[in-house]
Amino acid sequence: MKRKETTAKRTFSLQTKKALIAYSFLLIPVLFYLAIRIIPAFQAFLMSFTTSSSSAFTMDNYHKLINDEVFWKSVKNTILYVIIIVPLQMLFGLILALAIERMGGKLKWFYRIVFFLPYMTSIVAISWVWRLLYDPNSGILNEILVKLHLPTQEWLGSPSTALISISVVIIWQMMGFCMLLFTAGLQVIPRQYYEAADIDGASKWQTFWHITFPMLNPTIVFLAIIGVIQTLQTFTQIANLTGGSSGGGLGGPLNSTMSVVVYMYNEGFRQYNLHYAAASTVFLFILILIVTLIQFRTFNKSYKL
Amino acid sequence: MKKKKFSISKMIVNILLIIGIVAVSFPFVWMILSSVKSTADFYSFSFWPKSLDLSGYKYVFEKTDFTRWYFNSFIVAIVVTISNIIFCSLIGYTLAKFRFTGAKLIFLIILSTMMIPTEMLIIPWYVFSSDFQWVDTYWGLIFPGLMEAFGIFLMRQFMLSVPEDILDAARIDGMGEFKIWLRIAMPQVKPAISALAIITFLGNWNAYLWPVIVTNTAAMRTLPVGIAMYGTSDAGGIQWNTIMAMSSLTVIPMIIVFLIFQRQIVEGIALSGTKG
Repeated sequence: MKRKETTAKRTFSLQTKKALIAYSFLLIPVLFYLAIRIIPAFQAFLMSFTTSSSSAFTMDNYHKLINDEVFWKSVKNTILYVIIIVPLQMLFGLILALAIERMGGKLKWFYRIVFFLPYMTSIVAISWVWRLLYDPNSGILNEILVKLHLPTQEWLGSPSTALISISVVIIWQMMGFCMLLFTAGLQVIPRQYYEAADIDGASKWQTFWHITFPMLNPTIVFLAIIGVIQTLQTFTQIANLTGGSSGGGLGGPLNSTMSVVVYMYNEGFRQYNLHYAAASTVFLFILILIVTLIQFRTFNKSYKL
Repeated sequence: MKKKKFSISKMIVNILLIIGIVAVSFPFVWMILSSVKSTADFYSFSFWPKSLDLSGYKYVFEKTDFTRWYFNSFIVAIVVTISNIIFCSLIGYTLAKFRFTGAKLIFLIILSTMMIPTEMLIIPWYVFSSDFQWVDTYWGLIFPGLMEAFGIFLMRQFMLSVPEDILDAARIDGMGEFKIWLRIAMPQVKPAISALAIITFLGNWNAYLWPVIVTNTAAMRTLPVGIAMYGTSDAGGIQWNTIMAMSSLTVIPMIIVFLIFQRQIVEGIALSGTKG
């Protein structure tokens, strides 16, 4: 009886000791994390409901936001970026992964490395290279069109083609990442499935739709979520492809490439309207939240089937 | 007959891949070619540089703070990477291997911050950076990245798979808890650490939005900010050969590093993608 008590006491003290160690490990990092990630998130909310002149609660920023045509234009553009970029980068990534999978040995690795290269390189530096390719005067794309006797394009200079031109750059850079994750997804599919399909005389197309595609579902879900969230936050490519004197300003021409983040940057750090810009980031946050929740729901369902 | 058909389809796949290779590598080739062209070559379009003109490179090194930007980028990326390796693995380890009140709550809070877009935090960061006069300092560039939710999540996932037995064995041997984490647990999750290191370094090396906001003077710029600022706000229009020289000097070393560590980098990014 007495002995039991002491062991109970000892395990209890051991547990408290371990808990104390855990707290001592976590104290400083968690406080720091709180200070740079969690408190600022609340501050952004608070700022969006106040103005620079008064700390009283107000909906002014949101009123202004909802009534600003440029803001809605940026929302529309951001959704367009997502619709254009995410499916295409995933499709190209999947095609590349499947095509490379059929190659042998050394060649396989070579292809993978080359297609992955754009993802590895600096977004800013690469955006400037593309800006040169697109340049109406010095760019090679128009030079090729002239050689082919086709009408030249304004590319980044025209509201009708600028958004697509930027999307191309992003797809070009991101498809290698998608390829890599699809390759990883393909490698964990058990070979027996394919052998069984082969014995049953399934065509390649059937094998793809009934084995490969369903088995890649977790990868597809992951890439879709990551892709949508990243694309909703697009800024760097737009800033570097359209900013400055010759491009007609950030998010131009005529706001045709302006995303929500570019809008936030313009309002917050060009006009120094920080409280108003905070309201636009709250909007972005809600957008990301909704998208994540929807995607988790719909994709999880299809995955279970 | 069947075999022949197969090889034809393989040939088509091969041709398509080669077209893809050209499309992917052409911008890089064009970047290097353009960096050694003279200004005249840009006005009257020419595919090859008419003569080797290194004035772009000369301008980069003599008239801009390019080497300083390189140094700044490197410092920021290295400090942030080391900090993430230490703190993310320490937090991840503690959350995975210790049972204590509040463990779940802390993990849940950290996980939920992954949904908060950085853009939302940037405005408050900027406000208190100006209050504390961190604008235009290294600390200002570095502090937001020191701990990332994704890294904590990744390390926790991997730390869960570290066998309890070896930790207990070390405890019986009288090893301190801090040492157990450092000497026993850390080596067990080496692939995760290198994955975390690669994505953190890459992410910070390429970061643009926060660095462009928090820096004012040319000397404090990071490489992406330096290139962007030179490209957009320089008077007298875009000097293509100089920008392409800057881009080449940024991109080529990255490609070389990538080719040297290709296996680790590819596997690291795949790992962080599949586990995360």
